[in-house]
Amino acid sequence: MADTDEDSVYFIPDNSWFPIGIAVGLFLLVFGLGSWLNEIKAGEEPSLVAFYAGALIFAVVLYRWFAAVIDENLAGLPNARVKRSYVWGIGWFIFSEAMFFAAFFGALFYTRVLAVAWIGGEGAKGVTGDYLWPEFETAWPVVNNPDPSVFANPRESMAAPSIGNWLNYLPFWNTVILLTSSVTVHFAHTAIKDEAQGKMTLWLGVTVLLGILFLILQVEEYLEAYQELGLTLSSGIYGSTFFILTGFHGFHVTLGTFMLFIQLLRGMRGHFRPHDCFGFEASSWYWHFVDVVWVGLFLFVYVF
Amino acid sequence: MSDAVQDYAHEVVHEDHGPAKGLRRWLFTTNHKDIGTLYLWFSFLMLLIGGSMALVVRAELFQPGLQFVDPQFFNQMTTNHGLIMVFGAIMPAFVGLANWLLPMMLGAPDMALPRMNNLSFWILPFAFGLLISTLFMEGGGPNFGWTFYAPLSTTYAPDSVTFFIFGVHMMGASSIMGSINIIATILNMRAPGMTLMRMPLFVWTWLITAYLLLAVMPVLAGAVTMMLFDIHFGTSFFSAAGGGDPVLFQHIFWFFGHPEVYIMILPAFGIVSQIIPTFCRKPLFGYDSMVYAVASIAFLSFIVWAHHMFTVGMPLAGQLFFMYSTMLIAVPTGVKVFNWVSTMWRGSMTFETPMLFAIAFVVLFSIGGFSGLMLAITPADYQYHDTYFVVAHFHYVLVPGSLFSIIAAVYYWLPKWCGKMYDEGLGKLHFWLSFVGVNVTFFPQHFSGLAGMPRRIPDYALQFADFNMLSSIGAYVFGFSQVLFLYIVIKTIKSGEPATGRVWEAAHGLEWTLASPAPYHSFTHPPKVVLAEAHS
Repeated sequence: MADTDEDSVYFIPDNSWFPIGIAVGLFLLVFGLGSWLNEIKAGEEPSLVAFYAGALIFAVVLYRWFAAVIDENLAGLPNARVKRSYVWGIGWFIFSEAMFFAAFFGALFYTRVLAVAWIGGEGAKGVTGDYLWPEFETAWPVVNNPDPSVFANPRESMAAPSIGNWLNYLPFWNTVILLTSSVTVHFAHTAIKDEAQGKMTLWLGVTVLLGILFLILQVEEYLEAYQELGLTLSSGIYGSTFFILTGFHGFHVTLGTFMLFIQLLRGMRGHFRPHDCFGFEASSWYWHFVDVVWVGLFLFVYVF
Repeated sequence: MSDAVQDYAHEVVHEDHGPAKGLRRWLFTTNHKDIGTLYLWFSFLMLLIGGSMALVVRAELFQPGLQFVDPQFFNQMTTNHGLIMVFGAIMPAFVGLANWLLPMMLGAPDMALPRMNNLSFWILPFAFGLLISTLFMEGGGPNFGWTFYAPLSTTYAPDSVTFFIFGVHMMGASSIMGSINIIATILNMRAPGMTLMRMPLFVWTWLITAYLLLAVMPVLAGAVTMMLFDIHFGTSFFSAAGGGDPVLFQHIFWFFGHPEVYIMILPAFGIVSQIIPTFCRKPLFGYDSMVYAVASIAFLSFIVWAHHMFTVGMPLAGQLFFMYSTMLIAVPTGVKVFNWVSTMWRGSMTFETPMLFAIAFVVLFSIGGFSGLMLAITPADYQYHDTYFVVAHFHYVLVPGSLFSIIAAVYYWLPKWCGKMYDEGLGKLHFWLSFVGVNVTFFPQHFSGLAGMPRRIPDYALQFADFNMLSSIGAYVFGFSQVLFLYIVIKTIKSGEPATGRVWEAAHGLEWTLASPAPYHSFTHPPKVVLAEAHS
């Protein structure tokens, strides 16, 4: 492999309308979304044309772009060095995603360890908290907000029960599902390496189903939070951190499941070779990443 | 007939290697030089727009009292000036330089991911179109300062803040894709023999800058996302009534913000480290220590952020930690300044325009660094915080720092890009106007700041009148001398004298082994790199 690198020419794609297409789609999408949010806030009838047009353009161009890259690969245009660029690309993209979650984990840590304690009157910065809300007591999860007239208290939190009762605890099962799916996606990878098409389809299919199952349970959990526990986005800092962390994670699971589903379709068409399955590998690395984030979530949002 | 076929075949081959015609070339390009050119012109446009906003601010501050603009509009001007200069002028200019230079310096045919490269650029005009359009929306544009502290940017923000948030998301996406591309190019596209420790310092500084961007742009995205949720979905991240904390916003913002200011200076270090050796006719003094110093500065940038918020109310232990870690940065920065000066020591120096800007960079950036040290001292910062002293400090590192390095880079590499020489006399005139202008603008602000003049306020007490008048005069001199810069660049491209391949007598590096102008695809086949050509 390495020697062909030095001799063959690095593949530079011809001029392409994909980037400008994505830029236009992205612009319409966020402009539409912003207008939508502002119109809701102002109590106006939202106009969603820009949003849907943007989403449509974005999706179509992205589809065409990925299709073009796959065709180029099937035609043998990119050499090993180009594929190494792809690997660097997805690797550092995942790193940037990790930093996005780090911002929310940081917010959780800061509010939970420092801010809530200070509002409760503890430590060097406690004086202000004591003055503003003398009744507020430091506790986590925060089920009694400093000012419940502004941020309504939830009836209950999502905190984990003692370990003996985990079998009835939904997030525990979600953890089991995601950890299992990381293993099944690895089996699918091994199947590609062994050129076992049937096994690959089986294990990748199982992984996608586990992803969907996770999402269904997550929806179930959200319904319970909103309808039974009174735990919403606007029920204070506990609800804020809970929903932003689990919500963005759920969004990433959705994306990851979709990516793996596409790889399943591609695998069934015979796109993958033992040493040439970057699309699959990138999706599976992304899936492992989503899994690791969940472990962090389970520990710091639910258990501790 | 056969002639026509041959011509057609010739045409096809030609199209394969040359640019497309007309607008399609710029919209659809995958060429690093075209994309670099787009970035550079875009950033210059943003420099003029952001600069005009600064001139509105300086016109209002020319005399005490309110004369030209409404205070609300004044706030929108300071805010958008900052945002446009940071995200629209300085950062894209450095990315443009990286696009032009990295493949040429590394012996590569192009950037590693050419289509994504074009996407990183074309997101920007839309993002800034969105940002600037907020100025014309009901309730006005962002008016909460470029640091957009909550709750000014949440509870008390104009409605257009929603579009500001999405604009920032788009800029972040552009930066992240750009960084990924730069990292993949540097780590994967080096010619045989171009080992890491032979890379030109501009490449090194950009590699480290790209890592900084990857680490902090997503954190900024997280910060504005939490703002969005606080504004539209009722969360309480930045509201103490729900158990959150407005100070949390400042921590997250500055965790992004401090590495961000180094994102705007590290490539400048790289540029200056390329230029000074050329005009001293000596290799760079202490190449290895330069690399380690940049890496140390980048590492330290992650553990100093709260020095921006000493007065906000932080435990004493936090204040002490951030004070000492901040002072530590002076050590690797001192190494760099020492090395630049040592490179000049006993060199046979000449003072062409790029060198003048580079020397001004070393001197004036050091002044900005020293005022930074003063601000790092927590008890002293209680006096300096939010005064014009801070404004003077960061403009000294950003204008005669980052911006001068970009201008120096344009003069230095323009002959390589377009194959023509700029007019040295006009270049020197541009330098002296800029040098005098920048110092007249910002030096007096140290004094008004130390005497207690607050920043971001459209009016001031009478005792600050003289310093402010001086500052405004300097700002107009500096601002309009950049129009001269535009004239010089256009004149060079249109009618400059032809440049040689080497351009400068003692220039080292692979880019100078190419013809001027450089061929459309830099190195289709990688050259073998020898140490003498590797870096200067």
